[in-house]
Amino acid sequence: MKINLIHLIRIVRHGWKNIWLHKLRSFLTVLGIVFGVASVIAMLAIGEGASYEARKMIESLGSNNIIIRSVKLPSDAKTQQASTLGVYGLTDRDFRKLETIPSVVKIIPAWEMEEDVWCYGKTISARIIGTLPEYKDVMNLSIKTGRYFDEVELQKSEPVAIIGSTVRTSLFPVEDPIGKTIKIKSSYFKVIGIAGEKVFAGASESFMAEDANIAVYIPLTTTRLFFGEYEVKRGPGGVSSWERNWVQYHRFILQVAETDKILTTASLISDVLSQTHKKQDYQIIVPLELLRQAEKTKRIFNIVLGSIAAISLIVGGIGIMNIMLAIVTERTREIGIRRAVGAKKRDIINQFLTESVILSASGGIIGVLLGILIPRIVTKFAGMMTLITPWSVLLSFTISVAVGITFGIYPARKAADLDPIQALRYE
Amino acid sequence: MNQNNNQIIRFEEITKVYHLGKDIDIPVLRGVSCEIKKGEHVAIMGPSGSGKTTMLNIIGCLDKISSGKYFFEGKDISSFDDDALSEIRSKKIGFIFQSYNLIPQLTVLENIEMPLFYQQVDEAKTREKAIKLAHMVGLEDRIKHRPSELSGGQQQRVAIARALMNDPVLILADEPTGNLDSVSGKEIMNLLCGLNEKGTTLIVVTHDANIAKYAGRVLKMLDGRIANEN
Ligand SMILES: Nc1ncnc2c1ncn2[C@@H]1O[C@H](COP(=O)(O)OP(=O)(O)O)[C@@H](O)[C@H]1O
Ligand SMILES: [Mg+2]
Repeated sequence: MKINLIHLIRIVRHGWKNIWLHKLRSFLTVLGIVFGVASVIAMLAIGEGASYEARKMIESLGSNNIIIRSVKLPSDAKTQQASTLGVYGLTDRDFRKLETIPSVVKIIPAWEMEEDVWCYGKTISARIIGTLPEYKDVMNLSIKTGRYFDEVELQKSEPVAIIGSTVRTSLFPVEDPIGKTIKIKSSYFKVIGIAGEKVFAGASESFMAEDANIAVYIPLTTTRLFFGEYEVKRGPGGVSSWERNWVQYHRFILQVAETDKILTTASLISDVLSQTHKKQDYQIIVPLELLRQAEKTKRIFNIVLGSIAAISLIVGGIGIMNIMLAIVTERTREIGIRRAVGAKKRDIINQFLTESVILSASGGIIGVLLGILIPRIVTKFAGMMTLITPWSVLLSFTISVAVGITFGIYPARKAADLDPIQALRYE
Repeated sequence: MNQNNNQIIRFEEITKVYHLGKDIDIPVLRGVSCEIKKGEHVAIMGPSGSGKTTMLNIIGCLDKISSGKYFFEGKDISSFDDDALSEIRSKKIGFIFQSYNLIPQLTVLENIEMPLFYQQVDEAKTREKAIKLAHMVGLEDRIKHRPSELSGGQQQRVAIARALMNDPVLILADEPTGNLDSVSGKEIMNLLCGLNEKGTTLIVVTHDANIAKYAGRVLKMLDGRIANEN
């Protein structure tokens, strides 16, 4: 039987009236669908947001890079007496050996320290990073104003610095920092550039990337000249509790020629370093591998989420079916009357199926609104990034409609198959 | 057989058996043959349980027969399927029941409109016609009311208006005055007879001899058979 659109609209209007007649019952019935849909959208948004952050972060390390970090082993800290000299991490020897690996195009070393940066009485604790000019490109650093230091400044060990955006706002709230002088320990540096603000923060710090916003970049040769190769960690007591370590490099960033060679290169690096390092005082980070892992985690997360969602939607659907069966019984006589005045089985099916779809779709709509609201609350109060994808909204709403059809078809069939005579007699 | 085209209904040896359980058969109609002409007013009388309602439901294409042949407007509809029978009810027949059978959550007007809903007739036209019929049965000021707010006689008038919505050729009334006082009953019968005078075939089941008096012909049923015709 053909149903034209106008007639369909009338059926929907009639159905809506019947559902509205029992507001509370209808509302309670659709709660299962509401929570099912809301949790799908909200959890996907939270998962999507987390993985987006992780992905952005990992991508900022460069998917063609391998990063090696010096790691201070905890056992060292125990055996080491206060104010004695510890030695750990990557060395010049490592640098020269790693350079010989054919698939490694370039190695950019970095030396770091946590230190107070001063300017006209203002101060901020920042991460001082001594490195090469290429660091900027490899780490996707953007320069908002001014410029990065160049090869000449590196060669001449010039006292120049590029400051992160947080450092800038702390030290130079109003004035233009370019050309101004900042003081680190007892040395003075001229500010020549300001790094662009990086939006992702928080979670990224637990990873290997520095928070570019509170970093100060200076030429590696300059750090050598002014600060040597010592790292001083201030303990809780006086100078005697300070911990001094001799560290040549804190980080190597290795550019690999082809993405395909990343994994083999990583294992080569591991071999090379294990020959010279007795303890594993380094960590090899393969961003590409992390990216793959993040994606795998997300897939598993989605499967778990999908199962939870499926269960809650099935439960919601059973709730709808239950109420529809009750409604059919309750309105048995009405069904008989409608059949007597000429309704076909198909008409009865349409009527009750429409009601169950209206129920589930209303649940879906409320669920969508709730599902959009929850991630906003999470972002506001937990500071987590959330990302609502249009497809998750579309998908969960579609599923809610499908649930209405699936679980509404049986009660509707039952209604249509009632014997009109019996239905008319029903008390 | 003489297929007279002013004949609306012909029953040939119709039986109706209800099956209860495996081998309990309850014969309700035991071979009924009769003819009803277009425009006739027929009353069906008989004691309770004699099969009057069953016969009326079969005439109205609501119930299926067990054996025999049923001709409606000259067509053998004994083997029609559910959709085809629904179509006949929708286009040709108006039902009136003893217990009114209005839908409680709908207004008077919505109840009257219902038959045309299933013919997918335009909404404005449907409304116009329903209001006209409400006028005709004297309920124009009650169209927004729910059935429960009306008296029995008023409810039955709503049912008559509903039965007229599809311009039926045949009106079937099963004890239409059974729940009414004699004054309301009279009003209802006057309405129905008025329709019959305009040419609609009318079949009324009753066990009230006063009601049967309105009819041109009375079929007396006894134990699933037509006992005598006068
Ligand atoms: N669904 C059914 N199952 C079994 N017996 C039925 C059913 N419907 C009606 N009957 C029986 O059929 C007989 C005739 O019923 P009915 O046509 O309603 O009689 P009337 O209208 O003349 O009082 C009754 O004995 C009744 O018990
Ligand atoms: Mg009866």
